[in-house]
Amino acid sequence: METLSPLIQYLFSGLTNGAIYALIALGFGIIYNATTIINFAQGEMVMLGALCAISVYQVFPSLPVAFLGGVAAVTLVGLIFERLALRPVRDQSPLVLIIITVGAAVFFEGLAMMIWGKEAYSLPPFTGSAPLHIFSATLLPQNLWVIGLGGLLVLALEVFFRFTLVGKAMRACAYNRQAARLVGIPVSRMVQLSFGLSAALGAAGGILVAPLTLGIYDMGAMLGLKGFSAAILGGLGSIVGGVLGGLIIGVAEALASGLISSGYRDAVAFLILLVVLFIRPQGLMGGRR
Amino acid sequence: MSLRRFLNPWLLFALGVALVRLTVANDYYFTLLNIIGIHALLVVGLNLLLGYAGQISLGHAAFFGLGAYTSGILTATYGLNPWLALPAGLVVAGVAALLVGVPALKLRGYYLAMATLGFGIIVYIVFNQTQALTGGPSGLSGIPSLSVAGISLNSPDRLFLLIWPVLGVILLMSANLVNSRLGRALRALHDSEPAAQSLGVNTSRAKLLIFVWSALYAALAGSLYAHTLNFIAPSSFGFMFSIKLVTMVVVGGMASIWGSLLGAAVLTVLPELLTVFHDYEVIIFGAILMVVTIFLPRGLVRGILDLWEFRRYKKEGGSFSVS
Repeated sequence: METLSPLIQYLFSGLTNGAIYALIALGFGIIYNATTIINFAQGEMVMLGALCAISVYQVFPSLPVAFLGGVAAVTLVGLIFERLALRPVRDQSPLVLIIITVGAAVFFEGLAMMIWGKEAYSLPPFTGSAPLHIFSATLLPQNLWVIGLGGLLVLALEVFFRFTLVGKAMRACAYNRQAARLVGIPVSRMVQLSFGLSAALGAAGGILVAPLTLGIYDMGAMLGLKGFSAAILGGLGSIVGGVLGGLIIGVAEALASGLISSGYRDAVAFLILLVVLFIRPQGLMGGRR
Repeated sequence: MSLRRFLNPWLLFALGVALVRLTVANDYYFTLLNIIGIHALLVVGLNLLLGYAGQISLGHAAFFGLGAYTSGILTATYGLNPWLALPAGLVVAGVAALLVGVPALKLRGYYLAMATLGFGIIVYIVFNQTQALTGGPSGLSGIPSLSVAGISLNSPDRLFLLIWPVLGVILLMSANLVNSRLGRALRALHDSEPAAQSLGVNTSRAKLLIFVWSALYAALAGSLYAHTLNFIAPSSFGFMFSIKLVTMVVVGGMASIWGSLLGAAVLTVLPELLTVFHDYEVIIFGAILMVVTIFLPRGLVRGILDLWEFRRYKKEGGSFSVS
């Protein structure tokens, strides 16, 4: 039991980070499905979510209000981004679209630096900070919040795509845009919705993780790129794959930093990314393509 | 192509370099020009990949860094002659590019973007973590200058006479490459990979060749950079620098050799001129990247020329037709 407890500790912290990566990976997947664009600005939505919620909380100290306020603000940012930067060039090559989203990612980071400066802000944990002891491992209630609410969001997303008309319409766009348009689905509305939805998911991830890691203007790039690695590992566009990819990368990272060296912690996700691209580029769950 | 038409810009380039060397007397300007030259080497290489082959590298700073660190470590730590360290840097970056490129370029689509992105970040982390070798985050100092015929190139004006002629040769080489069989193959596969394949172009081989080639340019630039500054630190080789290089390509104009020089010059000089630019560097680079890509997809110069022509057409009352 004594030798096991650090492992359980790593597992919990890995699952917590993994849940955030999973939410980001799903954001990549939703937009990819609707547009075949890889939105490199996805990580910045996480950062904006965390910082917006923190700002709301400073004015109006209620966590639910801060959560909803942050998600709403970032959803708006996602919608505006799609309208202003991507719709005008919709028929351009994927290369151009990639460059635009990379530019947007850098732009949002710079914007956040202008608004919030370079310091880190904290958000209080959702329910207290008394550590819990499970199987001789200590973890914070916030870890459970991240894993629990993250799981709930994924479940809600699955229900949305499977059982609602709008969700089914979005999936139709992913399979075949032309055919979707022919049966009367407003494709450009669905594209816009996909950007709003993935921005909201990213923001939720950022707000969930903010009490654990603090919110700072440059947190988005690394989180976004790791979420992207998770999406590729799981198979771009697959919900189950995204979740699986996120959790695997989170746990692998925690194990690597605990057992090998914490300096290489950030390299793990990208090493996995490279290995997946070389061995199984369609990802764990990606079949069609 | 007639010799006369071909010779002119190159002659002008040589004359310009000679003129600058004779008239400029300020070390600061030479330092700036040297950095522009090094950036231009990187940008023209990336442009071959991005503008001609239509493949994007989001980790080009890593090849730049591999060249710089190989040169720096071999000379500063092991006392090797800089002229021997430079080719070693090329080999290291070239092999790294092969390792990343072979699997990534077999697949159609944008796998190279993802693979180079991951590779760039890993290399950056390795530079920071292998302190015994690279000096870690605080950098590697004591890198000797290059020397030619016993004269040490340890002042900016002397280095200028190395970097800019090298740049001229590289630009000429790139212009020839673009008009070669490989260059035509690249442009063909940029437009349509299946069409290029059906005409007998080995597309993954052509893409791999140009990717390794552009990594070699980056390593050359890296070596020159290390011996110019005599000090290197990982922060010069991060993700943001890769993005800056892409921005320089986009501003100069994709698939334009001279545009690469222009893009490198504009985005190297601007931060020096405007302190505002320096403070808000990140947001400005992001905005430039987006705005130029959306509104002037052919780059700054050609984009503005297009707009001007469009306006003239409208003034004359002629109908505008896309040529």
